[in-house]
Amino acid sequence: MRGPQREAQHVAVQTGAEAGGSAQPAPAHSGPGRSTAIAVSELTKRYGDIEAVRGINFEVATGETFGFLGPNGAGKSTTISILCTLVRPTSGRAVVAGHDVVAERDTVRRNIGLVFQDTTLDSYLTGEQNLRFHAELYGVPKAVVAPRMRQVLDMVGLWDRRESKVSTYSGGMQRRLEIARGLLHAPHVLFLDEPTVGLDPQTRSSIWRYINELKQREDITIFLTTHYMDEAEHCDRIAIIDHGKIVAIDTPEALKASVGKDRVQISTADDQAAIAELAERFGIEAAIHEGLVTFSVESGERFVPRLFAELGLPIRAVSVARASLDDVFMSYTGRTIRDTEASSADAMRAMAQRFRGRR
Amino acid sequence: MATSTTEAGAPSAEATLTEEIRVGVPEKGVRQDLRAVGIVWRRELIRFRTDRLRMITALIQPVLFLFVLGTGLGSLASHGLPPGISFKTFIYPGVLAMGVLFTAIFSAGSIVWDREFGFLREMLVAPVNRGSIVLGKCFGGATVATFQGIIVLALAGLADVPYNPILIITLIGELLLLSFTLTAFGVMMAARIKSFQAFMALTQMLVMPLFFLSGALYPLNGLPAWLTVLTRIDPLTYIVAPMRRAVFSHLNLSPAAMNQIAPGVSWDGWTVPVGLSLGIVAVMGVGMVGIAIAEFNKAE
Repeated sequence: MRGPQREAQHVAVQTGAEAGGSAQPAPAHSGPGRSTAIAVSELTKRYGDIEAVRGINFEVATGETFGFLGPNGAGKSTTISILCTLVRPTSGRAVVAGHDVVAERDTVRRNIGLVFQDTTLDSYLTGEQNLRFHAELYGVPKAVVAPRMRQVLDMVGLWDRRESKVSTYSGGMQRRLEIARGLLHAPHVLFLDEPTVGLDPQTRSSIWRYINELKQREDITIFLTTHYMDEAEHCDRIAIIDHGKIVAIDTPEALKASVGKDRVQISTADDQAAIAELAERFGIEAAIHEGLVTFSVESGERFVPRLFAELGLPIRAVSVARASLDDVFMSYTGRTIRDTEASSADAMRAMAQRFRGRR
Repeated sequence: MATSTTEAGAPSAEATLTEEIRVGVPEKGVRQDLRAVGIVWRRELIRFRTDRLRMITALIQPVLFLFVLGTGLGSLASHGLPPGISFKTFIYPGVLAMGVLFTAIFSAGSIVWDREFGFLREMLVAPVNRGSIVLGKCFGGATVATFQGIIVLALAGLADVPYNPILIITLIGELLLLSFTLTAFGVMMAARIKSFQAFMALTQMLVMPLFFLSGALYPLNGLPAWLTVLTRIDPLTYIVAPMRRAVFSHLNLSPAAMNQIAPGVSWDGWTVPVGLSLGIVAVMGVGMVGIAIAEFNKAE
């Protein structure tokens, strides 16, 4: 199930557009065998009656890029907040960069960089002043502040704009500045909570370019959360979290291979009848996701002609997709990530918050 | 990127740089906390310097009180004042206090603002003592408000107050003390209040009574009992009275006239010495800083 050979083939089959996303260079320093950057055991967090995190276990190796994937309200933000020492766990233990997040809070904080979902920049200061503020708070030695500042600003392409007020930056530039700031004190682990949320697709891909470059240039472990399936492909390993539990954890390729099927979505005049027909004629279990009749089959492109010939119902539109992390998510949770979001009032609230924060 | 020359040129230098920084980030200690105090303080100054509008708007109220109210009420009030002393001169120390009042509170209010726009989080997650952030904020607010007070101080001549160096230094010292205590008060409030609107509404509600009960606009003697009690409770009273004493001691008044218009604060007939009066303000300031630190240590 974890065969690396098979994964490689799987990627090769994918369309050109998609392959670009997964063509990131394999980080030479990743993988097990190295020291552990993050170790979490039996971690739980309870808010009153609500169990936001329900006993999770995982380890992240030094140098690895590890993604936490799940819909809003799944427990991603709570977990990252515990690892960043911002929230105390109800029970269980988490060790980050070799230090316990509860007992050695300040030591952990010195060794991690944080980029929050909502912006935490002072928009009245310039980019450089924001970084200088951070350097002083984190006690970066005076002699290295200037060269290090240049280094991180170069890395995110903001050196030329360092003397402009942050209020004149675009959303993407602000996010990049925050990443630069998170790196300024040379942390061992960089936490990125939804690093590209609220950004347009072009800016999102540029942020990912910077993150991928960063992985090569700095010996750093990256822990990130996202609810964009396509972004999870940038990670060395991902954990899928749903209702406060980890339901799957592996490399993106291995997870996709474990599903192995193609996803077919059709639009018909009578979706309920179509679902019944599919069950009766083909023995296929279908359901409505994203407003379309959705089901998985072994090889979609061969199945579709049969479908047109035998379904007995007019089909308005059809789409076939290779196994993606969306399907992985669906196969482990029974829903697509967009299903969970459409119904989530949390998402609306988060969006309103983001809008307020970003202005 | 346009940076390829440096990147290609010195990859190994960069690697060692990174290493140096990692090893170099120091343990928690007093020096780190002092750096934190310093940078929070400096940020207040930077923001004040770049906010010219605020500097001007903060000047409007004192100018209105001094020249419009001072001139308008002048002829009416002159009967109660010793000959040669104008009402403008009389209320000038109070107007000075007013000059720093709003700037100090507004400076502290930026904590609420920072919370709403996320920057407070950047400060609270830093590996430093939270007390140093509170202190930096209080010192910053005090410095900025004192600057604002110095602008009002520059208008002294227009209120017939002499530009005497000793007087000016005394007044600046007193303004600094007042600004610190007021900022501490604002920071203490800001620890609890989550929305900027609520903060502004609450401080407006408190600031005007504080100002009116401080004796900034009238002498403290011969008041009805209820007002006497209220003025003695108002901490601002204990700074306005010494400031007024300082101003009038440089105007060649007879002891009788001095006692008439700048008697100092009295408790049931006993005159509170200037030192104690200022001490009360200082102790209150320190106490409120303590409460603010405790509040921020509890938060998050």
